[in-house]
Amino acid sequence: MSKSLKTGSQAKKPGNSVLRGGVASAFLTPATLFIFVFLFIPAGWTLYLGITDYKLTGLSAVNQKIIGLANFQKALHDPQFLNSLKVTIQFTLGSAIFGQAVLGFLLAWVLSTVSKRLRSAVELIVICAWMVPSSVVSFLWVAFLNGDNGTLNLLTGLHLQWLIKYPLQSIIIFNIWRGTAFSMLLFSAAIAAIPKSHLEVARIAGATKFQQLRQIILPTARPFILTNLLLITLWTFNDFGPYLITGGGPGGKSELLSIFVYNSALRYLDFGYGSAIATMMLGMNLVLSLIVVTLGRKQQKKK
Amino acid sequence: MSKTRTISEKSMSERVSTAIFIALVVSFFLLPLIWLLLAPFDSAPSYRLHLSNPGLDNFKEMAQNPYAYRSLINSIVFSAGTGLAIILVGAPASYVLSRVKFKGRDGFLYILLLFSSIVSGSAAMVPLFLLALKLNILDTYHGVILVLTGGLLPAAIFILKDFTDSLPKSYEESAQIFGASSFRILKDIVVPVIRPGLAVIFVWTFVQAWSNFLVPFIVIRDVNKQPGAVMMYSFYNEGGQAVIRTVAAFALLYTIPIIVMYYYVNKKYGFRFYGGIKG
Repeated sequence: MSKSLKTGSQAKKPGNSVLRGGVASAFLTPATLFIFVFLFIPAGWTLYLGITDYKLTGLSAVNQKIIGLANFQKALHDPQFLNSLKVTIQFTLGSAIFGQAVLGFLLAWVLSTVSKRLRSAVELIVICAWMVPSSVVSFLWVAFLNGDNGTLNLLTGLHLQWLIKYPLQSIIIFNIWRGTAFSMLLFSAAIAAIPKSHLEVARIAGATKFQQLRQIILPTARPFILTNLLLITLWTFNDFGPYLITGGGPGGKSELLSIFVYNSALRYLDFGYGSAIATMMLGMNLVLSLIVVTLGRKQQKKK
Repeated sequence: MSKTRTISEKSMSERVSTAIFIALVVSFFLLPLIWLLLAPFDSAPSYRLHLSNPGLDNFKEMAQNPYAYRSLINSIVFSAGTGLAIILVGAPASYVLSRVKFKGRDGFLYILLLFSSIVSGSAAMVPLFLLALKLNILDTYHGVILVLTGGLLPAAIFILKDFTDSLPKSYEESAQIFGASSFRILKDIVVPVIRPGLAVIFVWTFVQAWSNFLVPFIVIRDVNKQPGAVMMYSFYNEGGQAVIRTVAAFALLYTIPIIVMYYYVNKKYGFRFYGGIKG
């Protein structure tokens, strides 16, 4: 960003800019309008709805009114919401932080030591899991975990209804499978940026793999690790994908906050309550995004 | 040269553990995917992995299903429409953001970056639904296209702006003396300069819109207007075993365009980070 700032300030001199002011604003207006309507208004509207009793059914459908923080107080005593919050935290910690980040790092590290051919082949398979559309991969996992003749039962010789007995564990494993590619690619780039000579020297000095990891790879990759953790936490926290596999069930055992919002607002048409939950999600997103963006700016400035 | 040395220096146990790790990882990632390669051609597909009397009967059966075929057409309309809208709205904006240093530009970019990651589809689905309701665009093609465009625009602007930043300005500076109209500037300067970037952003948008489930799931109720993403879900969610032949063929047909486009982008430009921003 600092580079573009420099060219920008040069362009500021009169006669050096390609575009006159009028043209510039004409070019910028449609995008600004879109962002206003589809980003700012939804954010503001969520906050507003969260303090109303707006429902699409019943009395308050005609007569919606502001009820302050009642929705939030209700949430704090709603076992379904508290369960959903717990499920979301377990899902995010398990699949993003412990799953995708750790497996992605291990993959990037191990693949940096094997032949290019093997590396591309393995990467391709991991990336496939990431790019196939979500409704297709969801069905693939429904088939994979099927109780009668799903692949997992055939391989293990068990006859388990995985999605009914272990719904949360299932979507955690699914999401590790689904999203590890991103962390793998990011850490691969980080490891590739380490000068070969550093690792060479360490090896000649007799450092074990573990020592190389701790003393060279991890310190160099640290900024990448932090960015990666924040980004995948943000995405996983907001993920709606598991709805396509379990629908949040059975009995709310895999009901992530995104699914909880969908169910309360768009299925049971309680817009006020759903929006209050969505407001809490926006708050969490704000905290995470602020850290990501601030960190990103700091790193840009260092360059 | 250094590679052969690395290999000879590796201890036996290290090589074995590497091999085991890779074998486990490959099975983990590959096993759920195999169904997509076998079942579409199986004469009697089920959840089970097998392939007997391979043929194209499942595709023939799918072709009999008017909803399946139509949903793929709908997906093309949504994805191409969103791709075009993103280019029409995003290209001029990112050009200005890259080339003109106006007051408040950095603030604009900062707010854009921040809000685009805060306002996720999940957190904003209630107002997006109400917005579509109030704007009277529920159950319409342009409704889906507008909402998707709004959601993808910030990321698209950042990718295009980065691209434009990397281009030299000499060409445009020679053109400025004409004092051309904005349309001429757009047509004769902006588009030729950022054309390769536009191709990437179109493909990127197409892929995002093609795979997106949540937006059409919320905006579209009419089964005739549903895209492949929602149709696929309705097939297995409501259809059960009965339509598994159609599901198998449909899953593959609906996935192939994505694989082809990723391959194209990867080959031409390297897609490493373009897919990371999820809708």
